[in-house]
Amino acid sequence: MEKAIVLAASAIGAGLAMIAGIGPGIGEGYAVGKACEAIGRQPECKGEVTQTMLLGCAVAETTGIYGFIVALILLFVNPFIGKL
Amino acid sequence: MEISVSGAKIYYKIPIFGGIPITETLVNTWIVMAIIVGLCIWLTRGLKVHATSKKQIVAEFLVETANNFVCGNMGEKFKGYVPFIASLFVLSMVSNLISLTGMYSPTADLSTELAWALLVFVLITYTKIKTNGPLGYLKGYTQPIAVLTPFNIISEIATPISMAFRHFGNIVSGSVITTLVYAALAALSHALLGWLPQAINNIPLFQVGLPAFLSVYFDLFSGCLQAFIFTMLTMMYISSAAE
Repeated sequence: MEKAIVLAASAIGAGLAMIAGIGPGIGEGYAVGKACEAIGRQPECKGEVTQTMLLGCAVAETTGIYGFIVALILLFVNPFIGKL
Repeated sequence: MEISVSGAKIYYKIPIFGGIPITETLVNTWIVMAIIVGLCIWLTRGLKVHATSKKQIVAEFLVETANNFVCGNMGEKFKGYVPFIASLFVLSMVSNLISLTGMYSPTADLSTELAWALLVFVLITYTKIKTNGPLGYLKGYTQPIAVLTPFNIISEIATPISMAFRHFGNIVSGSVITTLVYAALAALSHALLGWLPQAINNIPLFQVGLPAFLSVYFDLFSGCLQAFIFTMLTMMYISSAAE
């Protein structure tokens, strides 16, 4: 019974951790939109804008990745099962 | 139905120091290194002063691109970093692309990226100490005011960790999603064909073509992009450490 509760709570926790995906999604979408605007205004610096945008997106993604790793740990290497 | 997402398998344990495991990651990293070294040897065979073969033109183009890439982003005075950064890029890219063949990608193991990120961290610290001197480096932690020292230390430690986790998370999320989609397609095929006789109800109706599109995104595009981002961040951090 205890194990079932811990497993269920871990699964719910993994789902909650993945809510962190919302933030990077919105943020990256905003960054890409702005980059499109910049390219539309100055098509000649497309390469540089794209490069900077990709870098910014990667940095903005960090929080989402942290959430994903927490979810991964909860699902596959559950640390709470061993504490029972 | 069983869906399994597993880490690297352990092939063998060297029975010294309490057992050093030889994992799939280690073996595949050696395979990747062999591929890269083989490619380098093949490309640099029989070089001439004036390029006559296509092979040499390709090799010169690659070296030229790496030089321009590093000098354009870090400045002329970091020309010595070109071999390190180019090899980091190629190692990361080939490690990501090796999952196209169905092998376990070494970058799907956190140890690989953590090792690279620690290497970059050492370089960042070395550059900082070289530019500001040991005392200037320590003084940098108390900027702008002394109260912020703990936060500066945390942000210093967070640099390699976030770099490693970013690369690792992107590769692993790709493989986890591919596994889940593959399992879902298998369940769909089974639901559609399960009532048929035993001989033909195991036809992989949906699993054949559809996961290829995911593979193109996660393995090809994301693999190259993560290699690019990792090297790009390395260059950014090192060149900003020299200020």
